[in-house]
This record gives sequence, structure tokens and C-alpha cells, in this order.
Amino acid sequence: MPVLEVRHVSKNFGAIQALTDISFQVERGEVVGLMGDNGAGKSTIVKTVAGNFPPNDGEIVVDGEVCHFHKPIQARAKGIEVVYQDLALADNLTAAENVFLGREIKKGIWPIRVLDKQAMIDRSAGLFKELKSETRPRDLVRKMSGGQRQAVAIARTRLSNAKLVLMDEPTAAISVRQVAEVLELIRRLKAQGVGVMLISHRMPDVFAVADRIIVLRRGSKVADKQADNTSPEEITGLITGAIRGE
Amino acid sequence: MSDFVATKEKTALQHIFSSQPFWVTIALIALVTLMTTMEPSFGTSENAANVTRNFAPFGIMALGTTVVIITGGIDLSVGSIMGLVVIVAGLFLTWHYPWYIAFAVGLFSGMACGAVNGFFVAYIGMPSFVVTLGMLSAARSLAVVFSANQMLYQFGPDAPIVKAIGQAKWPLHGPQDWAPHWIPELSSQFWTMVVLALIVGFVFNFTAWARHLFAIGGNEEAARLTGVPVDWIKFEAYVFSAFTASVASLLLLGYNGSAINAMGQGYELRVIAATVIGGASLMGGAGTAFGAIIGSAFLEVIRNALLMAGIDSNWQGAFVGAFIVLAVLLGMQAGGKSILAAWLAVLMPKKSR
Repeated sequence: MPVLEVRHVSKNFGAIQALTDISFQVERGEVVGLMGDNGAGKSTIVKTVAGNFPPNDGEIVVDGEVCHFHKPIQARAKGIEVVYQDLALADNLTAAENVFLGREIKKGIWPIRVLDKQAMIDRSAGLFKELKSETRPRDLVRKMSGGQRQAVAIARTRLSNAKLVLMDEPTAAISVRQVAEVLELIRRLKAQGVGVMLISHRMPDVFAVADRIIVLRRGSKVADKQADNTSPEEITGLITGAIRGE
Repeated sequence: MSDFVATKEKTALQHIFSSQPFWVTIALIALVTLMTTMEPSFGTSENAANVTRNFAPFGIMALGTTVVIITGGIDLSVGSIMGLVVIVAGLFLTWHYPWYIAFAVGLFSGMACGAVNGFFVAYIGMPSFVVTLGMLSAARSLAVVFSANQMLYQFGPDAPIVKAIGQAKWPLHGPQDWAPHWIPELSSQFWTMVVLALIVGFVFNFTAWARHLFAIGGNEEAARLTGVPVDWIKFEAYVFSAFTASVASLLLLGYNGSAINAMGQGYELRVIAATVIGGASLMGGAGTAFGAIIGSAFLEVIRNALLMAGIDSNWQGAFVGAFIVLAVLLGMQAGGKSILAAWLAVLMPKKSR
């Protein structure tokens, strides 16, 4: 059973048709690259699946269950985690504090429920180790490199044992070395049986990790190809419209 | 761009040295020591009781303002809320209601103002500066209207209780009391501040609520995306700020034994100055309970010291202004180091590490 199935999803914002009849699936342990030019509808798909807004038409099926998300929390409860483009980290908090933001571990008896800081630090240290990242739980995010920040954002998705991780431009605006680090993180998620949707502009990154590539153009899906059976040239052609899709 | 440069984890000591409240505390201790040696009347327990009583209302309000400032907002209305609360409570006392009814209604009116602030800031999304500026004007105006621009002092049968609350002291010196003379008789305002500061300090350090509060100040959108109830917490911050202003107002009502609608005029700026000196960042995301108290204490000690040193009181503003800028300058971070540490590194190269 696919972890995510998007069935005939359409979305419009007023007169703007953002998505038209999009269907695709993501399996467990599969990395799917989602590509397209600016305004092709990549972010709209992410936000629809992540529960920021419901589609006008069609349905989102998670593990065979039809879901109607109105808030990101509902999607998260079904095992869908998002790593946002700007990473959604609070700079003034530490790595551990960011990993557990919004789902802190507490101890004690009501009404005096206090944070279990040590448990959160230990658990995030474990997650960073699992991701083979050099991030330390007590460091402030403000002082971290782009790669370490990515590790924090990805560690957050591991906290709940997510089934599907959506990553919005995780390799934009970081150095070459850090890109390699992030791609490694994605492979590790895949190895743990997590479905990954990678939204990116960067062709080499997508080809480096993706099993399958979906191309959007003007809100419609124009291609859904195994990465082995296509080439950067073909994908570029599909993105720009030089090659006509399905 | 640097890849994974191994930055050393800070030790607890380094943490303290890089914190602004620490340096302000050092400055405060230095100032007190200097004044005690230079001016005999400064170091007396009477003056200590005076100073602590004077800054306590500001310390109490600074705790509330710190909470708002951590969210990245500002509360300009606390002074006017004090005025409204004292008049509302004063009116109920003149109508011969029991003191606890008067205090409860006063507290309620103050917190209602905070709720209005919080509603417009958190749920409507208006800038806090504008909303609380409006409340600054509106609450003061209501205070003037309700009091018919009269001073209220003919309180009913509970007047002695109200006074006792505002003028209570502990420990007492008297012949039958245990405290020796060198221990200051600390005011009820001071003790209220201490208790509130301990509560706020505990909340800041040990609760998820405060984690969320700091996260909102650091990155509101991130907090929202991770499921933090951003709007509700911001709303609560403004209500708490108004609560602290109301408490300060009621204590001063008891101390003065009368209510005037001009109470708290201009206090908002002193309170904001105190929180900023204490290390709260107007950009949001930083602030401590200790800093709020120490900032308020610092401002009052400067004022008191200048007065005792016989310097024309018109100079106070200049000194206070200079210290606001200086304190923030010392606490500023430049390239991950405090400015002070950077200066020290220039003066004493290669000595540290």
C-alpha cells in the first residue's frame, strides 16, 4: 500500500488555478523528486498534503485512509512531516529545544508539569547520531551552519517516526559540502522506510537521491518517470515545456 | 561559509559572563559599594527599604512587560492601566464595598484592558505598538472620566485594611520584634515583586509555555508551523502584562491611601527601559525575570544615588539615558561574542583560550 496517494487533486485560489487533476503515489522508502518551474504548483502540492489547506477537488489518502486536513497538526498526526524551505526554526532556541518545539517532554504531576530537559537533550542527541550529524543538542540554532540546521529540521521529523517527509528546497542556499550532507540525510530516511518527497530546483540533487521524478507544469502533472529511465535533459525539457508531457 | 566548524559548547560560566543581566548586576553592586563608602546616608537600612519599595512597582510591571517583549511585542499601556485600576478600585472603596471586592474589580478592569490589547494584537494581527498606544490614551481617559477628575481618598470602612496592605513591612524592628536594625524593613511591594519574580523565573525555565513564548519571539511562523498556539499565548502575554500593572497599582493605592487618575503617567517608558537594561531584546526572543528586576533596581539606584550625591535632579534623565544605551551596548552580540568580550580580546590579545 502506498504511504501517500494523491487522487485527482485540484486547487484554485480565486481565479487562479494552482493545481489541475493531480494524481500520484509515494511508496514506503521511496524518494520522489517533485520538479517544476516557479509557479508550477510544487508548493501548493506540499501545502495541500501537509494540511495547510484542503484541496477543492480530489482526495489525499494516507496509508489507505482518506484524510481531510485543515491544519498542519492533523497531517502530522497521520505521520506526515514537513521540512520547510526556511526550515521553520527558532534561532534563539537550542537544537534540542527546536526539535521538541510544540511537543515537549514533560514530567511531574498536574498542575506542576515541568519540562524534562535532560530527556529531550538525550533523545535529540540520539536522533542526530542516527542521522550521523555533528549537531549538538545544546547549541543555539543561531550559531549553526546550513547543514546543521537541516539536520535539526530533519531530526524533528524523526521524532514522531513519520511515514512521509516532505522537503521543500532543502538544498537551496547551502554550501556544496552541506548539500552532500543533506542528501545523505535523505538516504538515511529512505533506508529507514520513510517516504520522502523532495521538492527542488536543483537537478543534480534530485537525480542523486530520487527513485522517481514527477514534473509539474502550470499546475498539471506532465511526467512521472523512474529516475533511471530519464535524464536531466529530458526533465529540463519537460519543465520548460520544450518536451510535451503525458 | 564555514562547514561544521567545531564551536565549543559554552560552559555555564561562559553563559553567565556573556549575559547582560550579569554585567548590570556587577555595575549595580559597584554603584552601591561606591555610594555606601562615599555617602553615609546611602548605606542605611532605611534607605535600602526606601529604594526597594520605590523600584518594586516597576519591577513587578517589568516582569509583565518582559513577557510581552519576549514575544516581540511592546506594551505602552501599563502606566495608563495603573491609572484606570486605581480609580476603579478607589471608586468601589468610596462606595463602601469591602476591600477585596474593590481590589477584584480593579484587577478585573486592568486585565480587561490587557485582554483588549491581546485580542487586537494576537487575533486581529495589529502591531502591538499601535494597539497599546491606543490603550494608553483610552485607559487614561477612562480613569479621568470615572474619577470626575477628582482625587479619591474618602474610602469606606475598609480603608485601614487597604492601607495596611500597601504599607505592610517585614521584618519589623520594634522592641518586641526579632529583626536587628541593620536588616531593612522591606515593603509589601518588594515582597510581592520577589514572589512574582520567582514564579515568572520558574515558568521561564521549566515550562513548555515559556518555551513557546520564546519560540514566538524567535520565529513566529516556525512556532505556528510546529503547532504552538501562537495567538493564544500572545493574548495571554498582554493579559499578564496588564495583570502586573494592576497589582502594582493596587499596592500603590494602599501605600498612598488615595487614588489619583494620573497614577503611572510615564511609567511605561521607565518599565521598558528597565526591561531593556535587564537584557530583554526588543526584537523578541530574549529576556529573563532576574533581568527585569535588576534593570528596575538599577534605574532606581541611579536615581537615588544622584539625589544623595546632591546632583541636580534634572540630570537624572541624562544619566538614565546613557545607561540604557550602555547596558544594551554591553549586552550586544558581535559575531557570536559580546562586545565586551571583543573589546577585551583587542586589549589583551591571545591571552584567553
